[in-house]
Amino acid sequence: MKDVLTLHVNGDALEVGVPAHATLLETLRYTCGFTGSKQGCDKGDCGACTVLLDGEPFLSCIMPVYEALGHEITTVEGLAEGRYPHPLQDAFDLCGAAQCGFCTPGILCSAYALLLRNTNPGRAEIQQALSGNLCRCTGYTKIFEAVEVAAEALRRGRDPRDVVAERYALAFPSRSMQPASPRDREDGDADA
Amino acid sequence: MRSEDLFPLQEATADPPEALRGLATDGRRVIGGRNRRTDGFRKSSGKEVYTDDITFPGMLHGKILRSTVPHAKIRSIDPARALELPGVYDVITGRDMPTPYGIIPWTPDEHALALERVRFVGDAVACVAAVDEETALAALDLIDVVYEPLPHYLDPEEALAHPEHPIHEPRRPGQNGNILKRVQLEFGPVDERMREADVVVEGEYLFHGTTHAPIEPHCAIGRMNQNGLLEVWSATQVPHYLQREIARVLGLDVAKVRVVQPAVGGAFGGKSEPFDLEFCVALLAIRTGRPVKILYTREEVFYSHRGRHPMRMKYRVGASQDGRILAVDATTLLDGGAYASFGLVTTYYSGQLLTAPYEIESYRFDSTRVYTNKAPCGPKRGHGSVQPRFAFEISLDKVAERLKMDPIEFRRRVFMGTGRTVNEFRVQSNGFLECLDAVEKASDWKIKHRRMEYGRGIGVAGSCYISGTNYPIYPNPMPQAAVQVQVERSGRVTVLHGASEIGQGSDSTMAYIACEELGVPLDYVRVFSADTDLVPVDLGAYSSRETVMVGNACLMACRELGNKVRTSVARLWDVEPSRVRLAGGWAFDGQDPSCAERRLPIPQAFQWAEAEHGTLGAVGHYNTPKEGVHGEYRGGTIGASPAYSFTAHVAEVEVDPDTGFVDVKTIWVAHDCGRALNPVLVEGQIEGSAYMGYAEAIFEEQAFKRGEHGEALHDGPSLLDYRIPTSLDCPEFVPLIVESDDPEGPYGAKEAGEGPLHPSLPAIANAIHDAIGIRLDSLPFTPQRVWRALRAAEAAKRSQEVA
Repeated sequence: MKDVLTLHVNGDALEVGVPAHATLLETLRYTCGFTGSKQGCDKGDCGACTVLLDGEPFLSCIMPVYEALGHEITTVEGLAEGRYPHPLQDAFDLCGAAQCGFCTPGILCSAYALLLRNTNPGRAEIQQALSGNLCRCTGYTKIFEAVEVAAEALRRGRDPRDVVAERYALAFPSRSMQPASPRDREDGDADA
Repeated sequence: MRSEDLFPLQEATADPPEALRGLATDGRRVIGGRNRRTDGFRKSSGKEVYTDDITFPGMLHGKILRSTVPHAKIRSIDPARALELPGVYDVITGRDMPTPYGIIPWTPDEHALALERVRFVGDAVACVAAVDEETALAALDLIDVVYEPLPHYLDPEEALAHPEHPIHEPRRPGQNGNILKRVQLEFGPVDERMREADVVVEGEYLFHGTTHAPIEPHCAIGRMNQNGLLEVWSATQVPHYLQREIARVLGLDVAKVRVVQPAVGGAFGGKSEPFDLEFCVALLAIRTGRPVKILYTREEVFYSHRGRHPMRMKYRVGASQDGRILAVDATTLLDGGAYASFGLVTTYYSGQLLTAPYEIESYRFDSTRVYTNKAPCGPKRGHGSVQPRFAFEISLDKVAERLKMDPIEFRRRVFMGTGRTVNEFRVQSNGFLECLDAVEKASDWKIKHRRMEYGRGIGVAGSCYISGTNYPIYPNPMPQAAVQVQVERSGRVTVLHGASEIGQGSDSTMAYIACEELGVPLDYVRVFSADTDLVPVDLGAYSSRETVMVGNACLMACRELGNKVRTSVARLWDVEPSRVRLAGGWAFDGQDPSCAERRLPIPQAFQWAEAEHGTLGAVGHYNTPKEGVHGEYRGGTIGASPAYSFTAHVAEVEVDPDTGFVDVKTIWVAHDCGRALNPVLVEGQIEGSAYMGYAEAIFEEQAFKRGEHGEALHDGPSLLDYRIPTSLDCPEFVPLIVESDDPEGPYGAKEAGEGPLHPSLPAIANAIHDAIGIRLDSLPFTPQRVWRALRAAEAAKRSQEVA
């Protein structure tokens, strides 16, 4: 027997049919098709399944889907601003914060929630905010750096590319490589 | 770093004459820049597709029944009740796939599903395909297996002492079936040189055994097509070997097996051989006619293991008063677990990879790999050489102490430079001295070592690693790496290569090489990899081979195409081809970059070339040099590499003498990677390696229970119990890139993915000694172990005072 529920995912109201005991992760991945959130352990240990409920990070692999009813769910697929990646996503790419990328969706959600609360987090606050997300590739260094770059970009209203260029004393950050932020529109981007 | 290094291509496009002047004079344009990855946006947007993200219509789900006993004969397996369960399509057992396999062709001792015997708790026994995962799980409970228990051994010494109960039948009569391999090699008169030594340091070291724990569990999907093509998607790092083994075990034509490796969520060596699930999805797909997926649980990942071997190592190191290493004598017992895996190679590596960066005047090792009834060990990042490096670098620290020499200064004194190692490997570039200088300076070593307060310490260690192995796993004279490149009139360049992108950035690296050689922007390059239907054969992501081998193959193909484009454009402009430069999205006159007449957007340049030469495509390949790169003795080829990387670490720790808690503050890592094709990726590999070594030193242990708590069970097969460091645990990692320009590497590049792991563990051990004056020769450095060592030292001191 399946129940038909209405889930609010990334701004859409979705009607889904799921068994009553389904987890939020199973529903998102296998019923809704949002495969960005990952299953790493299925026990709430690794954090790869982290999604946002009303802007707060939760482990979707140990959350019954019923608990998510009535909440606004955001997955990694919902972080971008239209066609433009969120500065956090751009910073992850610029800083090499994703290697295998499997923990990345969960880490992005945790970091996104942190930046919603605080656009000037210290290193210790970033470490605290990401402590529920295991990464096996990076040693976290480049992830911390990416969150700092994104925070600075948000705080100062700057493009993450400019922030990175400044950090590494590079003179000519690219504008045209990727449509990385809405600010590109000022440069005569076709979508303006 | 140069200012134009960030996305230089785009600047050229924005302002041609000005930027092209820079490109004309500066040798490299993309290589060395802090460029984005080709898969970066896919990964940060959730769009990347991993194996479990793929579903097919009508797909069934498989589950594997695993042995609950450590060693037993299978008296019977009866799947009848399981088959009656509604929703169950098929159950297969060992008899359905009786052909043995093994990643090393000389030691095929595994079966996809156990044939007559199970050899560890977790050994695969049967596999169910059902309409969904729950039904498959329920069916596992309905398979009746009767085991006849056999004596089992969890300790390698016990297994060694009981040849009458072999875990595997001896390959030759009279052999001990519990020994997979013994290697004894001697280079120079070790006993004689040891007698000449002014200082001899002896020690016994224990490496505990650790596992990879990638965040993505293993996953595979099989699908049979009506034209007889079997397709397997798998989270593997060796698609080519997997394709061969699936064909061999299932008795299929290799040409009718396609293996596709989607994005892999971490591997670290843990996905570098065929696993039970891959054979099972293949056979079940054939038998049921339906696509079949198997996704491991986290528990299964721990039992599949193939991680770092526990090793018991005895080391004697003899040195002269003036600081030369006269002799090294090593005896090593490797605990291999239930199957061979890469064990033959591991046994050699445990001795062969130790002989640089230091001048060792004579060397002997005696390594024995023993079977035990535990999850099989295999290659983990720094295969076979992290353990001996731990023993050796602590030994060197002890020698330096006895010689009253600064440990960095001592390592400088025994630096080998380039040339031949004592076991005859050819080293053509060696930046180890620069590595030592870099970590010494960055860490303020001189004002810290032996000068900090009790409880605070600093330690150094060095290492060497291979950039690929000189010989493939199955002997053949064909290329070890191959690449196919297409250049199309729109400006698009497509690179088809077999290297396995497992997060290290091999796809990006091939794209950078194509950009560098063909002058296109990074987003004009498409990379397709690791699909055996699309790409030429490559052997996979292991032994840090891809940058050097696949990189060289890519360079060869791209250079051929670049030459064609330059020749055609030169003809158009009536100049020498050498004057034509391809860079920044333009073809231009390198001698006169501001000349508007001799400047073409790169698509136009490609079009001229296509008009002259026909459709533009090229293949490139690479094979390792075979002449004069290793010794001619038996085993001399194992461990030989086209190029060797070097690393030095300095670790700073704070030890709490009351609790035994070791807080690693900072690890400075200088790594000689030959040439950093992208410093962001190299730093990422350095940091990730140092992290993994740190984790093995302080946190992790792949252990098995004894006695009443569940004999032979894994001690804690979850990411809660097997503690890997979180963002709160890690020290600060400071990556320092050293470039030495190896003649064998593409643009001089060598490996960066495994070497920087090695010195983490001994550097921390040496730092603990500096902090509290106690040598810890057994891993891991848990609070209990450190605390006990402290109390033992206090007791010894007291009894000395009384006496």
